[in-house]
Amino acid sequence: MPSALKHTLFIALPVLVIFAALPGVYQNHLLLFNFVIFLILAQGVNIIYGFTGYLPFGYVGFFGAGAYGFAVLVMHLHAPAIPAVLAAGLVGVVLGLLLTPLLRLSGAYFAIANLAASLAVLHLIANPALEQITRGPYGVSLSATFNPTYAYAAALVVLALTLGSVVFLKNSRSGLALQAVREDAVSASMAGVNVVRMRVIAWLASALVAGLAGGVYAWYVSVFYPDNVFSGEFSIFAIVFALFGGVASITGPIVGVVILYGIYNLIGFTTPQYFQLIYGLLIIGLVLFLPAGLVSLATRRGWHVP
Amino acid sequence: MLVYALVAGVLFGLYFSLVGIGLNLVFGVMRIVNLAHGDFLMLGAFVAIGVVTLIGIDPLFAAPLAFVIFLIVGLLLYWILVPRLQGSANPEMLSIILFFGLSQVLEAVTTIFLGTSERSIPSRALGTVFSTVKVKLFGGSPDSGGGPIEILGQGFPASWVIAAITSLVAIGLVYVYLYQTRLGTLTRAVMSRRDEAFATGIDVDRVSAAAFGIGLGLAAVAGIFAPFMFGSVTPAFGADATVTSFAIVVLGSLGNPLGTALGGVIYGICYMVVQTYLSSWADLLPYVLLIFILLLRPSGLLGRRVRVA
Repeated sequence: MPSALKHTLFIALPVLVIFAALPGVYQNHLLLFNFVIFLILAQGVNIIYGFTGYLPFGYVGFFGAGAYGFAVLVMHLHAPAIPAVLAAGLVGVVLGLLLTPLLRLSGAYFAIANLAASLAVLHLIANPALEQITRGPYGVSLSATFNPTYAYAAALVVLALTLGSVVFLKNSRSGLALQAVREDAVSASMAGVNVVRMRVIAWLASALVAGLAGGVYAWYVSVFYPDNVFSGEFSIFAIVFALFGGVASITGPIVGVVILYGIYNLIGFTTPQYFQLIYGLLIIGLVLFLPAGLVSLATRRGWHVP
Repeated sequence: MLVYALVAGVLFGLYFSLVGIGLNLVFGVMRIVNLAHGDFLMLGAFVAIGVVTLIGIDPLFAAPLAFVIFLIVGLLLYWILVPRLQGSANPEMLSIILFFGLSQVLEAVTTIFLGTSERSIPSRALGTVFSTVKVKLFGGSPDSGGGPIEILGQGFPASWVIAAITSLVAIGLVYVYLYQTRLGTLTRAVMSRRDEAFATGIDVDRVSAAAFGIGLGLAAVAGIFAPFMFGSVTPAFGADATVTSFAIVVLGSLGNPLGTALGGVIYGICYMVVQTYLSSWADLLPYVLLIFILLLRPSGLLGRRVRVA
């Protein structure tokens, strides 16, 4: 059996089936929806950070822009939800295109510039001067498209798309080429890899995923403020979940989301500051003792982890 | 109006230089991004609040106290965190995440002990030592402290002027440290070429630890004035302060602490001018400025080397 098929059958499909079945047996649908959103975002971070080494510290910029793309289309053009979600993905890609010059920066410079870009988009959208278009800081309310059941299904479709692209990257020449670029850009380009094109494709793919996730999120919650959808927590959580599991793998980010977001929901809601403390200590411990993530516990022993 | 904006911009700018300089020193020496920088600022602010509410003296006295405390904290933290980090595959990237974790811990611990409410200090508390001295030497009424100070015919809060002067002094001391002391010379050597400095027998760890301690100390000193410059502080204040510090540092040039002084003043003037004429767009400024500087001149205004992929 080719390994791409194996990964689809034994990793991607079970995750999708479980999350498709869970709403029937578990009552807190919002929690399940958030799990799906974070699975999408963590895999989106995986695409750009795991395969190219760029740390997208302002990843939420695409997510928030997608959510507002959805909102603007629904409010002003009275678009139905599904085209609006697709438009949200498009908004993510357009923002990604605008920000491609950032890929010229390396290391911490890229991370800081990306963070600044996401905050710039937030302050642009939350600007009272643009109240006519985005409702500024007063938030949007989209009762026309409100339908959590369909929105949840749409989130699963986006998750399937995301998992599919990670499986593809993990098993294709392009994914291998990207990892080669991450390790040593000069050698990779000597070996015939088009470094710039590969990086831009990965960047736009992860922007698309986050834009779609933002659109689906806007559809599901239907009432939100700029600070909600541009909350730095989305970027940080997605990055930490992905790293905790282990990037450049398919299972790593999934494991990270399930464990860490699970802990968050067990203790985070009642006493957020204690969660923040544990979470901070966990991050410090992770970087110091397990910088390659949980999957490295297995790979160190020589087991193969997809 | 323009004169007011310009002078206020310079005063704020000098203060912003102090806010950013510690971050820049740490990055310049260790190539480590201290994402918890703003949280040390926040802790410095709480030291000032503690000094005022518990002892009731001028918070200006808290500045040397905070510097020494956080110098020691920095040295300890350095030995706990950094050697392990430097040994990992990609220290520059991982440092962002590591110090984000540290910032979460600091914010959480502060919230657990002090709550989330906004805290402030009456602005007349700062500089009471000057008015007391003035009364002792020249007589006059004791309640003249805290009143506005006139510069070019415009009145500015005394606390802004005191913060700006303290910042100038602190930046001057950093200059003296870097250019007049032996440890400072070694620090500059490590900044320009880490591996060559190591090869010539410089104790890179000792130099880095000192720079890290000084960086945190300067952040805490800047924090002392935060309640006066920004009105009030909460434990969550750190994250915003970090982003602002980055804008200032990158504007000056990452890795050149004295460039930060220039970056801070430019940032302060831009901020005040935009706030005076286009107030709703003022929040957008630091981020847009940061992106443009990074793209057009990634080395900053005074930078030497360009770092592009």
